[in-house]
Amino acid sequence: MALTCIQHCQRCTSLLRSRSVGIITLQYSTDAQHWPAALWNSFIVPVLPSVLQRSPNPSQTRERWNLGVRSYCESHAKVQPSQMKHRNTDELPGTDMVSYQNPLSHQLIDGGMLLKEWQTALDLDDAPGHSALEEISHEEAVRMDIPAALPPVSISLKDYVNESETLGKLVQLGVQLWKLEQRPNVSSMLLRLDFQTDVTPRLVFLKQLGVEDSRLGYLISHNPFILTESLENLQARVAYLRSKKFSAESVASMVSRAPYLLNFSVKRMDNRLEFYQQQLGLSAQKTRDVVARLPRLLCGSLEPVKENLKICKLEMGFRENELQHIVTVIPKVLTANKRKLTQIFDYIHNTMNIPHGLIVKFPQVLNAKYLRIKERHLFLQYLDRAQYDPAKPNYICLDKLVSLPDEAYCTEVASATLKDFELFQKTM
Amino acid sequence: MTTPSVRVFHKLEGLFSIYKPPGVHWKLVRDTVETNLLKGINAAPPPAPRQRVQFLAEPTTVVAEGSNELTLSAASVPALAHHPLVSGPEFQHIGVGVGHRLDVFSSGVLVLGVGQANKALTDLYRSHVTRDYTLEGELGMATDNFSHTGRLIERTTYDHITQDKLERVLAMMQGSNQKALLTYSKVDMSTQGAYELAVKGELRPDGKSPPIMTGLRLLHFQPPHFTLEVQCLNETQRYLCRVLHEVGLELRSTAVCKGVRRTRDGPFTIQHALTHQHWTSPDVIQAIRQYRSSRKASKAKHTQPGKDTGTASQRQEMSEEAAVTGDSHRLRSVLTSKAFGS
Repeated sequence: MALTCIQHCQRCTSLLRSRSVGIITLQYSTDAQHWPAALWNSFIVPVLPSVLQRSPNPSQTRERWNLGVRSYCESHAKVQPSQMKHRNTDELPGTDMVSYQNPLSHQLIDGGMLLKEWQTALDLDDAPGHSALEEISHEEAVRMDIPAALPPVSISLKDYVNESETLGKLVQLGVQLWKLEQRPNVSSMLLRLDFQTDVTPRLVFLKQLGVEDSRLGYLISHNPFILTESLENLQARVAYLRSKKFSAESVASMVSRAPYLLNFSVKRMDNRLEFYQQQLGLSAQKTRDVVARLPRLLCGSLEPVKENLKICKLEMGFRENELQHIVTVIPKVLTANKRKLTQIFDYIHNTMNIPHGLIVKFPQVLNAKYLRIKERHLFLQYLDRAQYDPAKPNYICLDKLVSLPDEAYCTEVASATLKDFELFQKTM
Repeated sequence: MTTPSVRVFHKLEGLFSIYKPPGVHWKLVRDTVETNLLKGINAAPPPAPRQRVQFLAEPTTVVAEGSNELTLSAASVPALAHHPLVSGPEFQHIGVGVGHRLDVFSSGVLVLGVGQANKALTDLYRSHVTRDYTLEGELGMATDNFSHTGRLIERTTYDHITQDKLERVLAMMQGSNQKALLTYSKVDMSTQGAYELAVKGELRPDGKSPPIMTGLRLLHFQPPHFTLEVQCLNETQRYLCRVLHEVGLELRSTAVCKGVRRTRDGPFTIQHALTHQHWTSPDVIQAIRQYRSSRKASKAKHTQPGKDTGTASQRQEMSEEAAVTGDSHRLRSVLTSKAFGS
């Protein structure tokens, strides 16, 4: 509801400085249900409610309404002209800054709704005839609809969520607005969206893609900018992924697990797929599997991946085929924290004396927590059961060491009680 | 208005101890505990959704002649402004305070307090409670930071070291620490009251003091490894590693510290400390209740009928502490305060 009347007032008083009549244009909507969601986000302009209900006796209310506007204008005429410089030009399409000298008359049909415009001659030097304390009849009072006074500037979306259709529908979808409003500029962007024209086509597109309804909330909470991405771009990127022979289900799962995937250009995704195929030396099908399992490989930067690959080859000394096997089983190794990865490998290889071949057979150990491996290994060592060589008897499988929950580990692997394990943990 | 989340939070307000594993910064431990407690608090069912009344004008389809009636209908619509997805979870931060800190290298009992109990925590921090440590040392090496992870500076032989030589050195160190304790407690040793306190071992420094070891004992000796048990005040873990280094120097050899483990912090022992699998809200609530009931039980055991002067009640607390911890402490009157004990 970009109200132009106050700007006109300012212009009138600051620029003209003469006794002239300013033509003020008011825009109002006749439909009480739909609120065009456009609010100035950084401009301290008092926003006047612009919803008026069609009343059988419009002239009287119109008079009072305009006089109310006039007195409001006069009281705010002292607004600093410097504020006008901060006006941002990001407006709803269709609402133009109307020049005060050319009264514009246009009728916009927006979503089946009519926007009418009233022109009122406002004589700034006229004394107000009717006061706000004047008594009116009961019927008139009932007919007058006082819309909610929305604050022009707010730090939270709580003030607008009751009136905005977009925000209400997003809450129904399960979008976490409290997290989104902490990010800069996101809340203003969401308020400017129109549910019917902007949000619905994209939600329909995602549903057609195969994303489940329960995941839509998660998607938008993490990537609200999917609602501003153009539909042609989104369709082009999905078409590209299908052309690379990703199945429809895997595309749907990739999009729901990596919310930012469809915001990246085709060129960028192509670049990354090529990199993974070249560097890892995997076949096309295997690369597809790796990327489908960890779709954020296509989203982030390639530098950490390059560094991790270098560490695996040079510092840890894995061969090419060993590395390929590790990455196909645990793709997370490519994006893991370098320091933690080297710490775990150092402990497993140098302290537990496990050879490379055995690590490659059970790459899950590289994905586990360092503290967990250390505690469990030291417990086994205390019980003299730390034997990881498959050739010898009483062999402990690395997979079981790392992936079993504590109780199962204690009973199966260590043959001890959970209490003993906890007592041992306190001696470390 | 108390919601279920607020009730869970009130149950969590208290002091409890956790076992900090080695190699982890204490701040990370505190943040993990806070995150887990927040999960438990916010898991409580949210309050009932609020409704607001909106008046809608009914369309005037039937217009009677001459009547300008406009009927309004009231509709109860949900007020989304208070929806948890819009306003966020009820608790987004709780104050979890840490008592005496532990550095990255050491492990052991770490006392934490939640909410109102942080006040008792500051009092505990300032009062002169002693702490128990188990130090593991290795003879024959000297490093720059006195621990086995540092850069090696010197290697020495240690064949000449026997158990009684080590114990003699420890006795000498304990003697010098005892003298320091007498100096800093600022009591006049020629008075009867001071003598009685010293006999019972209830002397404490008055005000600030450097690290003082009130007890030092050899637990285990198998060259080159040995284990000491220390009770001390105002210490840092770095200082304790330095103590081991000095023990090595006194024995005409060198020693490094391989592990520092705190087994007791005031009244909190290692027996009830929570390991990292149990850093969740139900376990913490149980630990708080257990500590409170143990305090009540020991207080009930030691209440005497009749006149109770201030010093007599303090001495009772010390003796009840002695029962709990095995050596006597003088705890300030903070122990009688509700926040700490009840």
